[in-house]
Amino acid sequence: MAEQIKTTTNTSAGQNLSSVPLVKNATAQIQAVPLPRRMTGSRAWGIAAIVIVGALLPFVLQNFYVFQLTLAMVYAIALIGLNMLVGYNGQVSLGHGALYAIGAYIAAILMNSFDWPYWLSVWPAGFVCLVFGYFFGLPALRLSGHYLALASLALAVTTPQVLKHKALEEWTGGFSGIVLSKPEVPFHLPINQDQWIYFFVYAIMLVLFLIAHNLLRGRIGRAMIAIRDQPIAAEAMGINSAVIKTSTFGVSAFYTGVAGALSAIVVQFVSPDSYDFFLSITLLVGIAVGGFATISGAIYGALFILLVPNFAGELSKSAPWAIYGVLLILVMYFLPTGFAGFVRMIGQRLSGMFAR
Amino acid sequence: MGALLSVRNLTAGYGDTTVLHGLNFELNEGGITAILGANGAGKTTTLRALCGLCKRRGEIEFDGKRIDRLEAEDVVRLGVAHVPDGRGTFAAMTAEENLRLGAYLRRDRNEVAKDFDNIYTMFPRLKERRLQQAGTLSGGEQQMLAIGRALMLRPRLLLLDEPSFGLAPLIVQEIYRTLRAINQQTKVSMLLVEQNATLALDLADHAYLVETGRVVISGDSETVKADETIRRSYLGY
Amino acid sequence: MDALLHQIFSGIASGGIYAGLALALVMIYQSTGHINFAQGEMAMFSTYIAWELIDYGTPYWGAFFLTVVFAFAAGVAIERLVIRPFHNLPVIALIIVFIGLLVIVNSTASWIFGTTLKTFPSPFPAEPLWNNHYISNHELGSIGIVIVIVAILFAFFRYTALGLAMRAVAENPISSRLVGIRVSWMLALGWGLAAAIGAVSGMLVAPILYLDSSMMGGVLIYSLAGAILGGLDNPWGAAVGGFIIGIMENVLGAYVIGTQLKFSVALIVIVVVLLVRPAGLFGRTVVTRV
Repeated sequence: MAEQIKTTTNTSAGQNLSSVPLVKNATAQIQAVPLPRRMTGSRAWGIAAIVIVGALLPFVLQNFYVFQLTLAMVYAIALIGLNMLVGYNGQVSLGHGALYAIGAYIAAILMNSFDWPYWLSVWPAGFVCLVFGYFFGLPALRLSGHYLALASLALAVTTPQVLKHKALEEWTGGFSGIVLSKPEVPFHLPINQDQWIYFFVYAIMLVLFLIAHNLLRGRIGRAMIAIRDQPIAAEAMGINSAVIKTSTFGVSAFYTGVAGALSAIVVQFVSPDSYDFFLSITLLVGIAVGGFATISGAIYGALFILLVPNFAGELSKSAPWAIYGVLLILVMYFLPTGFAGFVRMIGQRLSGMFAR
Repeated sequence: MGALLSVRNLTAGYGDTTVLHGLNFELNEGGITAILGANGAGKTTTLRALCGLCKRRGEIEFDGKRIDRLEAEDVVRLGVAHVPDGRGTFAAMTAEENLRLGAYLRRDRNEVAKDFDNIYTMFPRLKERRLQQAGTLSGGEQQMLAIGRALMLRPRLLLLDEPSFGLAPLIVQEIYRTLRAINQQTKVSMLLVEQNATLALDLADHAYLVETGRVVISGDSETVKADETIRRSYLGY
Repeated sequence: MDALLHQIFSGIASGGIYAGLALALVMIYQSTGHINFAQGEMAMFSTYIAWELIDYGTPYWGAFFLTVVFAFAAGVAIERLVIRPFHNLPVIALIIVFIGLLVIVNSTASWIFGTTLKTFPSPFPAEPLWNNHYISNHELGSIGIVIVIVAILFAFFRYTALGLAMRAVAENPISSRLVGIRVSWMLALGWGLAAAIGAVSGMLVAPILYLDSSMMGGVLIYSLAGAILGGLDNPWGAAVGGFIIGIMENVLGAYVIGTQLKFSVALIVIVVVLLVRPAGLFGRTVVTRV
């Protein structure tokens, strides 16, 4: 296949059997992030501390900031999904905005047209996306690099059009989208709606992060990374690439779909133009800046994509995008392990200092 | 006849790894010199260093000029042709296009046409398959193609990196016969890197044994063949 | 019947637009092995430059020529400054860089030139040929220019030493160096030529679609589909692919799927072609021995 020849000449592995690279930096920077680290005692305490702080935040911050943080968490879930596919498994997707949209709309339609409760609508959204992702992953097996990017780009661009289409208007609300109602606080808990939504999303995020952590740290995660770095060798070692790759697509889609559904609940509004190609780019920026193949990167990336438009938008309307673009390029060159990698490096330097 | 190529204190490596630790050797014009050694000894790195394809320090003189600071494209222009390990074929192009690329730097159309004929005579199989996509040629044919491409440069020095690698013995013999013929007819000097010491010592008139980035034995091939260490470790008897 | 003819001619006209940008994509692909997702935005930016020149008083063909030169220089500059540092990184990194470039060029254009729609003149006379109501002179002229570029590109890559060298560099930069090709010059040249072709395509599109920062966005998707359909390594193929996509888009849009879903045409074509025959209709299928 035309694309196969390109991949074998871009790496030296296919050309000559001596695996010594001829060019500096030929072993790619993305792979520089090491495998997920062991859960040591001190790390576990650190994470527990962060979790507790996270649970206390809604009580000390104003509602608006609680809302912002909730949105950041939603993005974080989507970013983990995308990172699984791109960072850990090496399959480039420019179309995750479409999955986010599908998740959002399914949840919205279930709530709006079928009166489903919000906490139940999230899951069908996730599972539909999982199936969709899995089936998109099947043809994706035959595509790599540019071609997969291209196909996913086409998907991202087509989705808003489908969402606006007349035939589905009855459910999707066409151009105007769907307005949803804000979830009520259950069991007469002494908190307000924004705080409740925060905890709802927080709980889901923690569970999903835990699942992702176990998945990526275990055999499957290592298989994903092996496929990313040396696909031929991985197959030769007995890893069933096809199964892993399509499953990764499916799980990645699940996470992104759930995030989309949650976004519908948090914002209480879905409309086709919110999910255009630029959303896919935003998610990509999130994982690049946050850090490929890291879980903590999802948090950093989410905060980044949430805050930058707010600040940059004050400079000028097109400023956020210019900044995204420049940062994308600078990060890929200077900080390919993203912010998470930077933090890790600082952590290692500091612990090195204290170890003496 | 002074040395065509002389290398003094060559250090080379990749990234943070140094592979060659001060290599010294020479090659006379018209001669065939072999560099022997086990896997990882630094043989391929030597050829790459000569061409400028990896980081290097030291003195490399070719035809009286220092080439250790030159880029690969400029080393080629001085008349050094490198047949890399793995053949380095342009797999998506036809065999003929591969050869034509060998003649990229040349301006003399008639001579290029003659060289095409010569190469097709030398390697009839290439002529048969000249419009075939190079990636579909067999290993032996690709090796012939790679040598042919190098010859199209009309080089003064031909660098060959493990021409026998991965090829069936009969094909290898054919290629080595052709190499000898090329050297005899055109007097092009050859620097040959080989793991297969027997083959190399039969073809070459001088040999160097490299171990972990240093030359440990050097001399003309008869002497080297008779050397105890070489016989035991590399010739198998 | 008349309506169908209308759609077909409309499709051929659109196809001419897609073919133009598709050629720029082919140029980049043939010289570097990459798909430049930012090609459309670069073309749009160049068209803005042309508009500014014309607005300033430069006659059309003068502005045309200067813009092409500007685009060439800009292409070379982008290759040297932005793309070159990433040459050896994996495809993911490169794709992200292209996307970054897309976004930067797009937002810079909005920032510098504003967001109001601008009209762009056509060098062709306004009275339709033989008073037909199917296709305008500009559309016909554009198709003519595209065909000329196709022929030049094809001859360039197939029959010239420079074209061969560029293809070699895209395929195997190291072996290219070993035959004496100056790889960096070839890459820069490829980018420059692609940007120049893109600029021409932009200037042909603008009179039809009106000039604003989103002008080339849709065109890019269709051009990509066309180039994939026809074969990224074949200028004729990419051009034919562009025309086919144009016709499909219009005819299917009018009669089958409705005008709202037109991008899905591109999506389906891309996915189907990449799965069934990745080299495209006219591209060279490359087989690798592992």
